[in-house]
Amino acid sequence: MDSIVEMFAYPFIARAFIVGILVSLCAALLGVSLVLKQYSMIGDGLSHVSYAALCIALACNAAPLFVSIPIVVCAAFLLLRMTEKGFMKSDAAIAVVSASALAIGVSVTSLTTGMTMDVSSYMFGSILVMTREDVILSVFLSVVVLFLFVFFYHQIFTVTFDENFAKATGVKTGFFNSMIAILTAVTIVLGMQMMGALLISSLVIFPSLTSIRLFRSFRGVVLCSGCLAVVCFCIGMVISYQSAMPAGASVVLVHLAAFCLFFLLQHLIKITGNQ
Amino acid sequence: MSGREKEKKYLIFCEDASLGYDNQAIIEHFYFQVAAGDYVCVVGENGSGKSTLLKTILGLIKPVKGEVVLDDAIRQGAIGYLPQQTQIQRQFPASVMEVVLSGFLNRKRKSPFFRADEKKIAWKQLKKLGMEQFANACYANLSGGQQQRVLLARALCAAGAILVLDEPATGLDPMAAESLYENLEMLHEEGMAVVMVTHDIRSAVSQADYILHLNDGDYFYGSVEKYMDSEYSDIFSDRK
Repeated sequence: MDSIVEMFAYPFIARAFIVGILVSLCAALLGVSLVLKQYSMIGDGLSHVSYAALCIALACNAAPLFVSIPIVVCAAFLLLRMTEKGFMKSDAAIAVVSASALAIGVSVTSLTTGMTMDVSSYMFGSILVMTREDVILSVFLSVVVLFLFVFFYHQIFTVTFDENFAKATGVKTGFFNSMIAILTAVTIVLGMQMMGALLISSLVIFPSLTSIRLFRSFRGVVLCSGCLAVVCFCIGMVISYQSAMPAGASVVLVHLAAFCLFFLLQHLIKITGNQ
Repeated sequence: MSGREKEKKYLIFCEDASLGYDNQAIIEHFYFQVAAGDYVCVVGENGSGKSTLLKTILGLIKPVKGEVVLDDAIRQGAIGYLPQQTQIQRQFPASVMEVVLSGFLNRKRKSPFFRADEKKIAWKQLKKLGMEQFANACYANLSGGQQQRVLLARALCAAGAILVLDEPATGLDPMAAESLYENLEMLHEEGMAVVMVTHDIRSAVSQADYILHLNDGDYFYGSVEKYMDSEYSDIFSDRK
């Protein structure tokens, strides 16, 4: 207990907690829609684009978040359009975009600064890179994401559950799909510095995948995902502090443990229900 | 062509229009009317323009030429649409009530919450279809026929005066299909107009007032009696 109190004495850890909790929450809520629409990998694709954008920002000595947010939002749009128009299947489109982005990022880095500590921290995440400005921007954008999600909750449900019906009844499905893509893009960029490009997509996928094991209503899944995201993040951070592991990796491992636990519970319930 | 009396109130009125995609007409010189309370079955082979017709009625695409006039009561959004089920839905974690309430999203809303009267109507529609005991059940755990009835209840929440169904019996066993048709018959008797795309010509003929048969750019639209006398019904019975 003492060590937890001691942990918060470090301002960078307090910052990481604030940003991490908000970003995890946003990612988990958006993730419910993405996972159910079978767009799970979009987070992974966007994180690679975000990595490339951060490398470019670093090479140009520009503020990372201000460069990468517009680039990643554009990429999200592009991915959505490509698959909507039937130009490419979504898994293929994401694979192409993420590999290309990674290649661009690595090339830019090797031509300019070389593999520095900063670049590798974008790969695997670091809680040390967060500045005060990053925190303010993250808090602001996370609040926007949360507000839009809550306000348009029912529209997001119907667009996720049955796009054809939604379109026919006059819900602007194109608008809501774009909104989900943009919000996801923003969330990915915000979370990437801390979690790392390779691990951030797990914040999108794990909470809803875990919740679906036990909850059978949309609201249940959304609420459970939100709670899981926050709880797993906090546990992961504490473990990370005590064992000096990178925060991203330990958060993902806690998510994995939660998934296994829910999976076991699901089967336990099934077995006892059958008896 | 039957029933073009002017005094009749048409929900859908379409005179000499061409329907299709991207300026490519699939059906030309199309005359089609649906009056309040009509029961119309749309039959025809794949690619004959059934889904083009549905999309035009639902306002998702515009006619290539001419226009399809919808009555004020059913301007886009007030049509109760029952689309074909998608793969995603079969394992979707949603309660029956959540699905049914989403039918109300066509109305302009000020608050992000559903009102108490909307919940009451949703409950009533479920009850009408004999599904009220499943209101809190998980949609994915229901049988195919029960799922279809839930979607029908959702369509009723959106519907003003007309239901549009896209092959609702697909994937249902004969018993479930039969009971779905009975539900439709009941709604029709209550005064709901029904436009249903179907492959099941036998039940179409036994239930509908009018048949629209689309065939390779050509079509027949008229009462069931006239349809049975026409050469169009022969095409179908030969194929059986």
